[in-house]
Amino acid sequence: MNKAPVNNLVNLSDKPGGTAETTKNPAKRRALTEKTMSWVFFGCALASATAVVTICLFLFVNGFPAIGKIGVPEFLLGMRWKPSQNVFGIFPMIIGSIYVTAGAVIIGVPIGILTAVFLAHYCPKKLYGFIKPAVDLLAGIPSVVYGFFGLMVIVPVMQSVFGSGGKGILTASILLGIMILPTVISTAESAIRAVPPYYYEGSLALGATKERSIFRAVFPAAKSGILSGVILGVGRAIGETMAVVMVAGNQAVMPESITSGVRTMTTNIVLEMGYAAELHREALIATAVVLFVFILIINLCFSAIKLGGKR
Amino acid sequence: MKKSVQLKLKASLRRPGSLAVRLCVLLAAAITVASLIFIIAYILIMGVPNLSLSLFEWNYSSENVSMLPSIINTLIMTALTLVIAVPVGVFSAVYLAEYARRGSRVVTVIRITNETLAGIPSIVYGLFGYVALVVAMGWSYSLIAGAVTLAIMVLPIIIRTTEEALLAVPDSYREGSFGLGAGKLRTVFRIILPSAAPGILSGVILAVGRIVGETAALIFTAGTVASVPSGPLSSVRTLSVHLYCLLNEGLYTKQAYATAVVLLVVVIGINALSGAIAGRISMRPRTADLPKKRAGSI
Repeated sequence: MNKAPVNNLVNLSDKPGGTAETTKNPAKRRALTEKTMSWVFFGCALASATAVVTICLFLFVNGFPAIGKIGVPEFLLGMRWKPSQNVFGIFPMIIGSIYVTAGAVIIGVPIGILTAVFLAHYCPKKLYGFIKPAVDLLAGIPSVVYGFFGLMVIVPVMQSVFGSGGKGILTASILLGIMILPTVISTAESAIRAVPPYYYEGSLALGATKERSIFRAVFPAAKSGILSGVILGVGRAIGETMAVVMVAGNQAVMPESITSGVRTMTTNIVLEMGYAAELHREALIATAVVLFVFILIINLCFSAIKLGGKR
Repeated sequence: MKKSVQLKLKASLRRPGSLAVRLCVLLAAAITVASLIFIIAYILIMGVPNLSLSLFEWNYSSENVSMLPSIINTLIMTALTLVIAVPVGVFSAVYLAEYARRGSRVVTVIRITNETLAGIPSIVYGLFGYVALVVAMGWSYSLIAGAVTLAIMVLPIIIRTTEEALLAVPDSYREGSFGLGAGKLRTVFRIILPSAAPGILSGVILAVGRIVGETAALIFTAGTVASVPSGPLSSVRTLSVHLYCLLNEGLYTKQAYATAVVLLVVVIGINALSGAIAGRISMRPRTADLPKKRAGSI
């Protein structure tokens, strides 16, 4: 807000003053240090932009030739992934990623949003001091521990319920649903809290119940914030690797049912990168390019919603 | 008291829709908390009995899959990553918060790229590290390749939290410092950064949590060698990667439980630490110590 006067002050105090000859040299040196350091700060600020450009460059340069060699439709829409026969079609993986992410959203988003409502409007203060750190902790648990938990707990349960191998879309969706909870909860909660309290109070004063006030008056106002939380959750789910690789079954074929095994784009990379060579390796990098494009689209949606929300 | 409860019950029975919604909200919160408690309790109950001293021996072998080398590697990896990421991240935030003009195009671009970096999945980082650092730079699987990859990964976290902390420093601090004749650089290093230190620290701790838990970005950059490194170019495995390797081999379920316990305890500790620091920040009164002391000393 009041940055401008501050900047003026700097200029005043930093101007090499011509009042005394003796201070001229130190003042000059100081001005030089100031200048140099401001460039150092600027250089560091460019680091993230440089990193993004470098990542894009390396992925695209290494990935695009492979897509060209395999052929765009064969690569993106090919149904078979047989590296030993030089057949690289990642359509099953794209579908796998979409299924698993959709499953995670179906499971995680309603629970997450309702928990956010609970935290913002129902939770007694004492309980809040317990649940809020719990949600943060849920975000901090490493994904490999989630995967381990899924492998040891959810997979056997699925096995006994459905009688199949236990690894598959549903198992991965449940696990990812839990994993995106903290993202959805904290974003949705701050969105709900950002709604001015008179929306809620006004609705109550008009005779609506608490639930009606929250879901009919507060909710529409917090919509864009909640939606951006959902999109962040989608980003987390589609990019998750280590948890999914342990519970999804990893068959590179089109899934037939909700319990059948599936391979996502992320797990495709982690499973085969260790021994891949030549075109196979390039095809895996190309898989990452496709994943990257998905993430960029998700980021764009996120920015668009944020802009729309501001308006 | 009792009457009011009865009244409330009656009122809610009159509106079954509202009652149902309320129950759903409570149920959702219960599911969230229950899943966390279940995960933690399960790992602790299954893992703690499997903790044994032999798992903390100096040497890793296939008979005794000791996790001590991995723990040491995790510490080294974390330190090295922070050495790279913290200065760059903090300086970058200083530029954004103190030097950049408001709404300049450069700042917009940097913000967008920060958000992009934050959204990139860790496996993509891992692949980038593999292609760019391991292969193109010829570092092979190494500590330094892993640390650089992780540093890029945690950069947006550090920048965002530091920038928030810097923006929370009241302008009167800056004005006071400039008024006393200090230059911009002096103001940044002597006044602004010290007052923002707790906020920056909580960001760094968040970054540590991310580094400790990371697996996918490290498998193809730092590799999986389970011994203490002899130099920055030797391959190492951190604790999370260790857990993944144990599970992949499929023979060491008990040891995997024990490793998961250690990992979980570390993460819980990190969370408690960052929570404590965040609590201290919010408790601290806004008109804090620094300028007052200065005024007093003059």
